[in-house]
Amino acid sequence: MSTCSVSKGCFVFKPSTKKRRLSDKTAHDFRCTSNDSEDTELRFVTCQSLWNQIKSETEKIQENLNKQLLDNLVSFLSRSHSDFQEKTTEWTCRMKFREIPTAALVLGVNVTDHDLTFRGLSDVLQDNITPYVALLEAKDCPGIKNLMQKLMGQLMKCDIDVDSLEDEDCVQVSQNRIRCSMPSLISWYDSVTKKTDSETPSKKRNSSSRHWQSPPVVVIFRDMESFTTKVLQDFIVISSQHIHELPLVLIFGIATSPMIIHRLLPHSVSSLLCIELFQSLSCKEHLSTIIDKLLLTSRFPFKLGEKVLQVLINIFLYHDFSVQNFIKGFQLCIVEHFYSQPLSVLCCHLADIKKRVYSLSHNQCENIRRLPSFRRYVEKQESGKQIELLTNDSFLKEETEKLLEDLHVYHENYVRILRCLHVFTSSLPKYPLGKQIRELHCACLENRVWETEEYESSLQLARMLNKTDLVTILQQCVEILMSSSGKEFDRAVGKLKEFLTQFQNLEEASQERDVSVSPQKELQKKTDLYHLQKTLLELKESRRSKKLTKFEMLRFEVVDYIDSLVRRYLVPADQRTLQEIVYFNGAAVLRGHLNAAPRTALHTALNNPHWYLKNQALRCDGGGISNKAPDICIVYKLHLECGRLINLVDWLEAFSTVVMAAEETNADAASSDQVDDVIHARFIRAVSELELLGFIKPSKQKTDHVARLTWGGC
Amino acid sequence: MSRPEGMRGSRRSLQVKFVPDEDVLRHISDDAGTKVRKDKAQLSVNVKRFVKKLENISDNEAQEILEENYVAALGICAQDPVGNGSNISGGEVYSFQTPKRSNKMAELASQLAQTPEKNVSPDDSKCPEKMAKTPQSSSNFMWAEIVWKCNLKKKEFVSSTPYRLRKRLAAPDPYLESESEYSASCSEEEDEDEQKEVSTVLSDQKTPAKIKAASTPPPRNSLTKKNKEQKMGNLVEEYFEAHSSSKVLTSDRTLQKLRKRRLDQQTLHDLLKNAPLAYAAEIRDLNQQHESLFSKWMLQLHLGFNIVLYGLGSKRDLLEKFRTSLLQDSVHLVVNGYFPSITVRSILNSITEEVLDHIGTFRSPLDQLEFITKRFKEDSSLELYVLIHNLDSQMLRGERSQQILAQLSSLPSIYLIASIDHINAPLMWDQAKLSLYNWLWYETTTFNPYVEETSYENSLLVQQSGSLALSSLMHVLHSLTLNARGIFRLLAQHQLEKKDNPSYPGLSFQDFYQQCREAFLVNSDLTLRAQLTEFRDHKLIRTKRGADGVEYLLIPVDDSTLTDFLEKEDEDV
Repeated sequence: MSTCSVSKGCFVFKPSTKKRRLSDKTAHDFRCTSNDSEDTELRFVTCQSLWNQIKSETEKIQENLNKQLLDNLVSFLSRSHSDFQEKTTEWTCRMKFREIPTAALVLGVNVTDHDLTFRGLSDVLQDNITPYVALLEAKDCPGIKNLMQKLMGQLMKCDIDVDSLEDEDCVQVSQNRIRCSMPSLISWYDSVTKKTDSETPSKKRNSSSRHWQSPPVVVIFRDMESFTTKVLQDFIVISSQHIHELPLVLIFGIATSPMIIHRLLPHSVSSLLCIELFQSLSCKEHLSTIIDKLLLTSRFPFKLGEKVLQVLINIFLYHDFSVQNFIKGFQLCIVEHFYSQPLSVLCCHLADIKKRVYSLSHNQCENIRRLPSFRRYVEKQESGKQIELLTNDSFLKEETEKLLEDLHVYHENYVRILRCLHVFTSSLPKYPLGKQIRELHCACLENRVWETEEYESSLQLARMLNKTDLVTILQQCVEILMSSSGKEFDRAVGKLKEFLTQFQNLEEASQERDVSVSPQKELQKKTDLYHLQKTLLELKESRRSKKLTKFEMLRFEVVDYIDSLVRRYLVPADQRTLQEIVYFNGAAVLRGHLNAAPRTALHTALNNPHWYLKNQALRCDGGGISNKAPDICIVYKLHLECGRLINLVDWLEAFSTVVMAAEETNADAASSDQVDDVIHARFIRAVSELELLGFIKPSKQKTDHVARLTWGGC
Repeated sequence: MSRPEGMRGSRRSLQVKFVPDEDVLRHISDDAGTKVRKDKAQLSVNVKRFVKKLENISDNEAQEILEENYVAALGICAQDPVGNGSNISGGEVYSFQTPKRSNKMAELASQLAQTPEKNVSPDDSKCPEKMAKTPQSSSNFMWAEIVWKCNLKKKEFVSSTPYRLRKRLAAPDPYLESESEYSASCSEEEDEDEQKEVSTVLSDQKTPAKIKAASTPPPRNSLTKKNKEQKMGNLVEEYFEAHSSSKVLTSDRTLQKLRKRRLDQQTLHDLLKNAPLAYAAEIRDLNQQHESLFSKWMLQLHLGFNIVLYGLGSKRDLLEKFRTSLLQDSVHLVVNGYFPSITVRSILNSITEEVLDHIGTFRSPLDQLEFITKRFKEDSSLELYVLIHNLDSQMLRGERSQQILAQLSSLPSIYLIASIDHINAPLMWDQAKLSLYNWLWYETTTFNPYVEETSYENSLLVQQSGSLALSSLMHVLHSLTLNARGIFRLLAQHQLEKKDNPSYPGLSFQDFYQQCREAFLVNSDLTLRAQLTEFRDHKLIRTKRGADGVEYLLIPVDDSTLTDFLEKEDEDV
């Protein structure tokens, strides 16, 4: 069946029912796709399980990060309607009742991440406070009527969930049939709360023991900025009238700043609210935690290369601040890696490596031998071992296993030392190696960090740290190193501890000395300018050969020791053997998929068709194009020379000049009229293509003219 | 010894304190010591941090450098051999409007027409970009060529290069001569002031042009900086020049005067079909590269991503191939976004009615969407592939449509693969929609002509094809009574008789009635009116009231179509 028609735009294709593919197709795709189909199934399974682990980990992280915020919110909500609980009738309380308790939740500009936060929020609320939570989005509520309808629909549905289909009539009454108004909402609320009151105590404990007798109704406005002001105002005014009957609590999700409330709502309305402000964690901190927990850990075998990480971080910082997108990019990296690297089957946890290495096929062994990092490694071995490595599969497997274990150990050590170094660099003025650990991580991945200028300067700055700072830093380092399970750092820890005790001793010694010098003696000396000058000169002379104080000596020693640790453990990953197995380095691919630039691609295609069509005739030096370029390129080039309006006749003539010149050599024979028509037709096509692409549009200003819509692009 | 400190202290707090020499010494020496080190360290920090940027900024190209940094930061430097074309900086793509003279297009055309000859003069081939930017310096020769070409017939064009060289070496005299020729031949096309401007430009540029022609192009590197400054200055001036006057100078020629047969849709189609597609082999290679990605697309679709294709050239064939090769065994929906009357509603309808076999209507697209969401969430075996050609088409680019489509695509068992073509298409999506769509971008530049996509465009200015109008005219007329056809025929004939009169207002109702009566077509005023109402309902005629209150009738179809119509009618009868 064809999909072109002049009467229809949508075509549905349903295959005969039994032919439909079964659900294992994803693995099937993985298999049939990769060029060399080695261990595809295993790879796919590994990929999926890794991704699932990472996904659950990220969710856990997010939950933990939001915990503080949610706890605050919960306590606010439980406070908000305590008066209502007690059903006090005091006059002051009733006055206060006019104010709707409101929580303003400042969440930051990364709107796409809010989804998870709100989901967590409504879960927590339903568990702890109230079953009646409604989540409203601006796009569903163009008017107050839609808002009420949506609100009641959500509230009554959740009522059904709690009561587990006890009363059928409640289910049957669809939200559309009830009149959506505040009174009906109140009567519903009354009936619901009364029902729970009248229920038998035993049942009550089962169903809603966590909630109070009259739980508040929480209405969440997910994206407050995009709501129409009128809708918001109306809703607030109306509900404030009924606040003594219905314990309503509002939660505003705010992406910009709390000021927006006052900009959206006039004073008369905002005075009906009793607003409390809650601030969520900034997205940058969120990202840091994610990077900390996902990348700077040896829990996950999969690693990101320097360029890739840079791309992901830059998309985050320059474009959206969205942690969600960062994780999406991370997912894409995992998929790409396992899809394109046949050896990624070895990218698994340490426990599985042995089994997997020994079940490698011959082809896979060849793949290993082809890895550049492995070749480098082989070249360094003595000749006997070289031959063995290149010919004997089982020997290769043994060696591979050993190397992979080495790699794993390297990662563990790398992370520890990186953290230690970060403790140092993050306390330096101006942060030559960056404030965040991710910057340091990138620097270390990029090349040997100790060869960079920044490292040099940060060491110099570290040599100027004062004693208290240095001691605290050392203590932190000791903690970090102690937390590692292996024996690798026992010596380092010992050394650092030694330093610490030395500092301690130093302190005591200096105290003693301080005591010994009597201030009395100092005072007796006479002071005059001449002497001062003389002593200063002497001092200057002696400085060159001056002995450092004990503290300075020790400080140098400490810094040198840290430096030696760095040089030993922070070797960039791309110099490690077999790094290709666990590191993903396709930064260009990643960028193409996540941060594409459609307009530049179009620009290149139009200006430089040779980039895509590898034909010698299209080759052209400099910025111009040849006259044999595709029609649309020529037409585009010509239109660049025009002003706001383009005369079609001129354009056509210019086009035919170019095309005829290009074709003159081979197409003399054809009758001129015929050629003209063809050229005319080609011109028409090219122009309408430009129109489709949005470069020009028809114009009524002058007959046979089109308007240009873009500028630039010479 | 401690005077300076003591003085300062006393001024503030009137407290003099004795400071021993040792303390002062220690203070000074310590201070100096740290200072030295600190300076050194900070210097190296600063060097790295700022000098790199500052010196660039001073170089008048801060913009460029920042851009480069940004681009480099995004890891663009790593180019894959397959080549995606997004490695140019934005400055080249987006720039300001610059003033254009009306003859520039012709210049470029003639320049392009000459490029195949390999013995093009070196300065042209080396920096055509520069030429394009500062046209004054080199355009004189082009001018001369244009002029010369106007005089000569196109057939003699082959010998252009030697002539061009000759021209180049000759004294500036011929310019004047040729200029006058040009103005004579084209005087009706050019505005008066335009003429003046052209001539002043010519006379102004005469000397520099001569110098430039005589001297070899200067070494680039010594002049780059100067050039840049000049360019910047020019840019500013050009910007204001371009925005100073709203009047656009273009020639007044129209297609009518070209006296060329207008092409209708059918002939256009036939002509293009017969014309060989240039670079077919290369295009095939290119497309094969894209086709190798099909299975990867499948995988990524299944993993929860949606795929969007961009790049020059129609992606319809590619998607069709994807569909026929991989989707045969699954339920899928193809949406032609370029179809002029496509709506989100029709897309949703075809999902609910044909995929979900639901009978019934919905009050709003939102309800419908909710229904679809519910069904897909309930039944996990249900899955649907949606292919949208031109997601950015006129009908689908609206905010609400995109919102609904984005929500649809965010369902885990709906797999969306779409193509976009418009240069501003990505502006349709804000962050929220983007995250719903969860796009993976694929550059698929195909260079295929947009045959299907542009075939619906009847706003195409070049050929107002009458065939569609004619066939609809015939269609409607055939369903009418013989008398009614006669009435319409009368009107058409009358209109054709008056076709040379540009201010023909239409046939007045009274005259028309008279004529119809004489031809025994109607018997009363009322029957004619009833008939005319029917015509008007079918948009066959248009009525308008003249200044004197008389009703005039007009057929809103162009003359050629009307002639065709009458011929066809005659055949039938």
